[in-house]
Amino acid sequence: MTQTSVSSVYLASTEGGAGMHSVAASGVFSATWLVIGLPLLGAAVLLLGGRRTNRFGHWLGTLFALGSFAVAAALFAAMLGESGADRSIDQHLWNWVAVGDFQAEIGLHLDQLSMVFVLLITGVGSLIHIYSIGYMEHDENRRRFFAYLNLFLASMLLLVLANNYLLLYVGWEGVGLASYLLIGFWQHKPSAATAAKKAFIMNRVGDFGLAVAIFLMFTAFGTFSFDEVLGGSAAASDGTMTAIGLMLLLAACGKSAQFPLQAWLGDAMEGPTPVSALIHAATMVTAGVYLITRSAEIFNASPDAQLVVTIVGAITVLFGAIVGCAKDDIKKALAASTMSQIGYMILAAGLGPIGYAFAIMHLVTHGFFKAGLFLGAGSVMHGMNDEVDMRRYGGLRKYMPVTFVTFGLGYLAIIGFPLLSGFFSKDKIIEAAFAKGGTTGYVLGSVTLVAAALTAYYMTRVMLMTFFGRERWKEAPVGAPADWHEPHPHESPVSMTLPMIVLAFGSVFAGGLFVLNDAFVNWLTPVTGFSHGELPFSVWVVTGMATAMVALGVAVAYVQYARREVPAVAPQGSLVTVAARKDLYQDSINEGLVMRPGQYLTRLLVWLDGRGIDGFVGGLAAFIGGTSSRVRKVQTGFVRSYALSMFGGTAVVVAATLMARMA
Amino acid sequence: MSEGLQLAVEKIDTPTIEYAELAPMLIVFGVAVAGVLVEAFVPRKARYATHLVLALGGMAAAFAAVVALAGEQEVAAVGAVAVDGPSLFLQGTLLLLGIVSVMLIAERRLEHGGDAFAPQAAAAPGSEAEKEATAANLHQTEVFPLTMFALGGMLLFPASNDLLTMFVALEVMSLPLYLLCGLARRRRMLSQEAALKYFLLGAFSSAFFLFGVAMLYGYSGSLKLDRIAVATGGAMDNDALLLIGMAMVAVGLLFKVGAVPFHSWTPDVYQGAPTPITGFMAAATKVAAFGALLRFFYVAMPGMKWDWRPVMVGVAIVTMIAGAVIAITQTDVKRMLAYSSVAHAGFILTGMLAANEAGASSTLFYLVAYGFVTLGAFAVVTLVRDAGGEATHLSRWAGLGRRSPLLAGVFALFLLAFAGIPLTSGFTGKFAVFQAAADGGAGSLVIVGVLCSAIAAFFYVRVIVLMFFSEPRADGPTVVVPSVLTTAAIALGVAVTVVLGILPQPVLDLADKASLFVH
Repeated sequence: MTQTSVSSVYLASTEGGAGMHSVAASGVFSATWLVIGLPLLGAAVLLLGGRRTNRFGHWLGTLFALGSFAVAAALFAAMLGESGADRSIDQHLWNWVAVGDFQAEIGLHLDQLSMVFVLLITGVGSLIHIYSIGYMEHDENRRRFFAYLNLFLASMLLLVLANNYLLLYVGWEGVGLASYLLIGFWQHKPSAATAAKKAFIMNRVGDFGLAVAIFLMFTAFGTFSFDEVLGGSAAASDGTMTAIGLMLLLAACGKSAQFPLQAWLGDAMEGPTPVSALIHAATMVTAGVYLITRSAEIFNASPDAQLVVTIVGAITVLFGAIVGCAKDDIKKALAASTMSQIGYMILAAGLGPIGYAFAIMHLVTHGFFKAGLFLGAGSVMHGMNDEVDMRRYGGLRKYMPVTFVTFGLGYLAIIGFPLLSGFFSKDKIIEAAFAKGGTTGYVLGSVTLVAAALTAYYMTRVMLMTFFGRERWKEAPVGAPADWHEPHPHESPVSMTLPMIVLAFGSVFAGGLFVLNDAFVNWLTPVTGFSHGELPFSVWVVTGMATAMVALGVAVAYVQYARREVPAVAPQGSLVTVAARKDLYQDSINEGLVMRPGQYLTRLLVWLDGRGIDGFVGGLAAFIGGTSSRVRKVQTGFVRSYALSMFGGTAVVVAATLMARMA
Repeated sequence: MSEGLQLAVEKIDTPTIEYAELAPMLIVFGVAVAGVLVEAFVPRKARYATHLVLALGGMAAAFAAVVALAGEQEVAAVGAVAVDGPSLFLQGTLLLLGIVSVMLIAERRLEHGGDAFAPQAAAAPGSEAEKEATAANLHQTEVFPLTMFALGGMLLFPASNDLLTMFVALEVMSLPLYLLCGLARRRRMLSQEAALKYFLLGAFSSAFFLFGVAMLYGYSGSLKLDRIAVATGGAMDNDALLLIGMAMVAVGLLFKVGAVPFHSWTPDVYQGAPTPITGFMAAATKVAAFGALLRFFYVAMPGMKWDWRPVMVGVAIVTMIAGAVIAITQTDVKRMLAYSSVAHAGFILTGMLAANEAGASSTLFYLVAYGFVTLGAFAVVTLVRDAGGEATHLSRWAGLGRRSPLLAGVFALFLLAFAGIPLTSGFTGKFAVFQAAADGGAGSLVIVGVLCSAIAAFFYVRVIVLMFFSEPRADGPTVVVPSVLTTAAIALGVAVTVVLGILPQPVLDLADKASLFVH
């Protein structure tokens, strides 16, 4: 196939997409609100009930999560029974604010896209609730933890089910709050408290973008509803659409840890591991992808904004992968990987209708295998006295067989081992990137290929350092505290292994099921639209290249970490390794560019406030006070002077009345 | 036929009295007269209870009569009394304020075995007779009929439809108040001085009022407000009589509302009078006097709008500024509240000066809001006591919030309402008058009003800071636990303040409906 045929064809056949058609909720669908209501009720009961609910709080929280999943499953079954056009359901709940032209509605919108998210959130969420029962068993604040998890579920579901941007914003802020509370759940650790603050503040930057985007929408369309904003976006001016698109992208960058707002995700691993699995791997961090996909019509109307989206995605794919190669902390390595994988999704979403469905598909498969990997990491930590340094692991496969197998399947899925979930979803993104066409297509395609090799490398590294090689944990670490004792690695309880097994099944089979008869793409097409890109070369070439890159990454890692001894203390490393260990100096850059100038600005403002504004205010107060003391002396207490002042006053009033007539 | 014969033949109508329309006033005056009889015939021990039942029952009955008359729009008693929206709205407000005031006046648990009034007012302060009276644990109950007479005058004041009735109402209202001011149990010299000052200056202002009435009669040949209004419409080359008369009547009324430069009595009288009476005066007198002021300018002088507005704008501006600025340096809580009431008189004038329907309705609303906050605030003042009676020096209030968080919290709420902070009635009221003034073309007033609100907020919030952020004094005052009467009065004040702040619409609508004067 030749280069010339590409550009003209790939935009040609867009099916579905723009112009939503929704039916009012009835039958089973009128229970849509319950999906959000149940976990919200759970959070309220657990938070307001206080200590009284300590004994059964974790069961209650899990029950509400499972209930929500059950409702979601019923909704899914009902939706399968509807024809394609009737799968978009609106549920109006009540009017929030109605003042003049400003109408804020509380309403839900359930369609194929939100259905996918609802199933992922409630499904993975329920599994992680179950897992947490075991993981948080010895934590005295377990009830509060489940309350926050329920709050997170409710907020995240509100985010994906809202039928307008304003309500979406409420959910968006809600997940930010839940994320903050859960990252800082062990707030007695200063590092956790700092990480929570860091995540919150960096998210504020993104939230600001979303707020501005919503302001712009209201200015341009006079409404917040998806229907009207997205329906009108084709007719709106390019400039407005680009501005809204870029602001939405800023929001997505904050929530999904994309360049340049990526720095908080690594630190967010200070939270309990189930939190990392649910919020910082499977669901919340993918909210940015949802936002972009949901706003497809806006981005379709602005190729400039789309280009920026793909660039951000491409940078983050590589950024995360490079950082992941150097991390010795198992959770931070996985966090870097998450960032990189979401980069794939953002990149795919930036490709337009050829990529939306694949972005969401990768999002779902990633939700399975990354949650599984995190739960596996948690299981390892659980058996290793909460050790996170992979240099202090080694040979654990014998001690935790279930964890090893499920983690191993997740590993194979993420690197894109043929026929496992990640293979299909990632392959589709690589294809779509090449299908973008032109130089852009080649650049993006190459980036995704390189990242695939890097993914294979760093995940193999994690696998080898944790489960293979010498049992390094048997030796006391350098500078170990006096009370150091050798860990006794053991398999985790069934409440923890069960969710890992379920997720492992997803990691293995989900991708295959999704591509069978293009089921997933067909499902989403009515919402996101779909167009077949025209590849510059055969599909098999792409698949072959991708598999070769993966094999290369695995081979290099094998040579470095299986053939050679892994040192228990990290060696000096090359310049690149050092940079990657320091997250490519992201914190130094943030400090230099934002934090320090910010501090100087604050100091300057304090100084100005003290000297200028306070001086003025203080002076004014002193002036008024002085006047007051002087005028007060008129109040002598003598009735004669009062009478005189009245007489004078009357004279003035009479004279003024006469003068007013003359004037 | 000669002119004289014609006059003789003309039929003279028998004056008609519409008892039903006048019922609210008649009931209150009846209760007052009955109160005098109670003083004469009921045994001393039973007087307190009898008075209390009589007064509260009478006011409740009068309020019921007002409610029954709602929607009435006519003149009664041969045109002397207007029974219309503003009259009834203000009478209802006055009766509610009267009920709260009487509850405060009847409080007997704060002083050791006594109320806020002198056991034997005729005994010279510090004399043997006074000591004997105190030792005998005497209680005087004349305050009840006096209060009822004053209240009766207040009910008539905003309803009077001719200037002579208005003058009579003014005096009926004022004379009992002069007396009541001199009845304080503690600091009697200060109290008697206040009463005398109030009486002298009140008489002085009444003279201006009467002088003005005479001139207006000279100009128009009538005392009836509507006839004067008609006369002002006629083309007259020399209307100096009209202008001077109008200005002088205004002076008489401005004295009663405490507008600058006719305010000099307020701080002294507010400080000297027994605190329940101060509350009654500050709240009810202001409501009645503003009612009369509204009626005078809206009914008799609408055609003279372009003559009185500039002068009154000047008065309002000076009043707001002087009240807010002088209040800053006050150290006595009652004097501070007095100057605050001066500033509020300015804010209410702002609403009146809109000179449109919204002006009337916003003024009516403001008066309700202001009346209840004022009574509540003075009720709180009666509870903070030390050995010398009420601890009114502000320095004594330091740290009150630590010791009595509830009381300090309630007082803080009233102060915030005075300052016009949102979610309190004060905000709604201020917003309403400023909006009316802005619509009525008095933008300059609104600017001054907002600036003065900012200045005023300073001294209100300063008291809150003092109460909550200062260390309590070791010898600080104690907060006395009152009987149910004062508690109910304060609770009502809080309820009205909060409800009118959060859900003001029903009362705003009511004031809107009640803003039409009968002509």
